[in-house]
Amino acid sequence: MKVLVAVKRVIDYNVKVRVKPDNTGVDLANVKMAMNPFCEIAVEEAVRLKEKGVASEIVVVSIGPKACQEQIRTALALGADRGIHIETDEEVQSLEAAKLLKSVVEKEEPKLVILGKQSIDSDNNQTGQMLAALTGMGQGTFASEVVVEGEKVNVTREVDGGLMTVALNLPAVVTTDLRLNEPRYASLPNIMKAKKKQLDSMTPADLGVELAPRLSTLKVEAPASRQAGVKVADVAELVDKLKNEAKVI
Amino acid sequence: MSILVIAEHDNSELKQATLNVVAAAKAIGGDIDVLVAGENCGAVGEAAAKAEGVNKVLVADNAVYGHFLGENLGELVAEVGKSYSHILAAAGTVGKDFMPRVAALLDVAQVSDIMRVESEDTFVRPIYAGNAIATVKSTDSIKVITVRPTAFDPVAGEGGSAAVEQLDVVKDAGLSAFVNEELAKSDRPDLGSAGIVVSGGRGMQNGDNFKMLEQVADLLGAAVGASRAAVDAGFVPNDMQVGQTGKIVAPQLYIAVGISGAIQHLAGMSDSKVIVAINKDEEAPIFQVADYGLVADLFEAVPQLEEELKKVL
Ligand SMILES: Cc1cc2nc3c(=O)[nH]c(=O)nc-3n(C[C@H](O)[C@H](O)[C@H](O)COP(=O)(O)OP(=O)(O)OC[C@H]3O[C@@H](n4cnc5c(N)ncnc54)[C@H](O)[C@@H]3O)c2cc1C
Repeated sequence: MKVLVAVKRVIDYNVKVRVKPDNTGVDLANVKMAMNPFCEIAVEEAVRLKEKGVASEIVVVSIGPKACQEQIRTALALGADRGIHIETDEEVQSLEAAKLLKSVVEKEEPKLVILGKQSIDSDNNQTGQMLAALTGMGQGTFASEVVVEGEKVNVTREVDGGLMTVALNLPAVVTTDLRLNEPRYASLPNIMKAKKKQLDSMTPADLGVELAPRLSTLKVEAPASRQAGVKVADVAELVDKLKNEAKVI
Repeated sequence: MSILVIAEHDNSELKQATLNVVAAAKAIGGDIDVLVAGENCGAVGEAAAKAEGVNKVLVADNAVYGHFLGENLGELVAEVGKSYSHILAAAGTVGKDFMPRVAALLDVAQVSDIMRVESEDTFVRPIYAGNAIATVKSTDSIKVITVRPTAFDPVAGEGGSAAVEQLDVVKDAGLSAFVNEELAKSDRPDLGSAGIVVSGGRGMQNGDNFKMLEQVADLLGAAVGASRAAVDAGFVPNDMQVGQTGKIVAPQLYIAVGISGAIQHLAGMSDSKVIVAINKDEEAPIFQVADYGLVADLFEAVPQLEEELKKVL
């Protein structure tokens, strides 16, 4: 079966984010960018499905500026077979991303679409669910285990109370949580091989999707910063402060 | 304006988060209806009717909603919600699952995890793990919004007397089925709404050592949380993770034990009123946000903490 994986280029998770002085957004100039960690987990899961003989082909898709091809190449080096780049320099919001992915789904007809549950820049946690709704597919969100059995996939989900398993008809959408797997690193030979893998580029217009953002960001500010407090000498002083100064116990 | 709040519950009890979401709805202003979708959830409907500020409670009681499957809830809420100006749900795992489906079915954007209401169409929300705070304006005719419960003080859960209406809308998308669940059973308060949280990290070394934290938590009537590292290492289950991608907590007191204070962890707890850090590394970033820091080996400090607390509580 064919698996489609969507990946996003985001600020590297180790980078300390700085808000621009004019409050229009976050400073991304000369900042290290990387594949969204949840998308890495999505790629890894697809590769494992292929290694198990469940997946036959892995197509990876990314939406964004030219530079996204780096993340597509990374996915190809990790084991994806073919890449699709939907190129745009415009801001793409979740609903539009879902519409673009829907048109890719209609063309590629994958049995399983795997996405990260959220991207660590906008922290929206929306695109996979929106794609599932637009394509009429079931969804296994926040997955910590994915088992394909015949025409169904069982997805164990990390939910507030613990774990919950659902059975979905295929085709289906899965969004990854942190404990689904531990992504591998790409080996040098695979990075070289990935350069030769097929990567098709297209625009939102080619897919018949008009980008029309519904949300406008009025301003972006730094969070109210906490002041570092005091160091206490020992546990007795700590308890005394909590009781008599902070009055929280 | 008319606002539909989707209740969070477990078919028998209304979750407190619903009262926080009603508070967010009040901040927007307008008539507030609450939709309770579930199976044998009549008691939840009755409880929602008592919440302050609620106009009407709609109860969709059917087996297809029993496990809160996103596909079925999405269709139901899109159908019921299309005559409202705003649809709100708590940003827990149920709301995060079905609300984007609602938005897509209605062809509108979703505003995720709002922490403040500026006006009927403008909301404040965290991005980049809370390292930046965005003010966003929605141009859609229906605003689909998930709410960070800890950012809104709950409305009173008693005193209201809204009318309760049964809804006969059965939406079975036929795409998914519930198989099973493993829910953590705990007599401690719910992590998301507890007044005090005691959390452990990789420094705890193993799951057994969390018993030390549990004893402290029980003295304080606190919930127990964890860092991702502690969950990944298998010390404790996933539902205890606090952070960017786990639970968001904002208790009166947060005690971080053997937690370094990575930004992804801070994203989940830095709105706590008072933060205590116990860590043997005085350079640990957690001390930069802690009101009270204790540089100590936790294996000595935590048992002492238990003893000291017994003296004063
Ligand atoms: C996409 C993504 C999402 C993430 N989401 C989350 C999230 O939601 N929540 C989260 O917590 N993390 C999250 N993380 C992980 C985060 O980056 C950190 O790796 C994690 O929080 C570290 O956990 P820790 O502080 O327990 O472990 P460590 O960073 O290893 O810190 C352990 C601390 O324990 C102290 N210690 C050790 N032994 C003792 C002792 N005997 N006495 C006292 N102190 C001791 C050490 O000094 C150290 O400071 C995420 C990461 C990514 C990439």
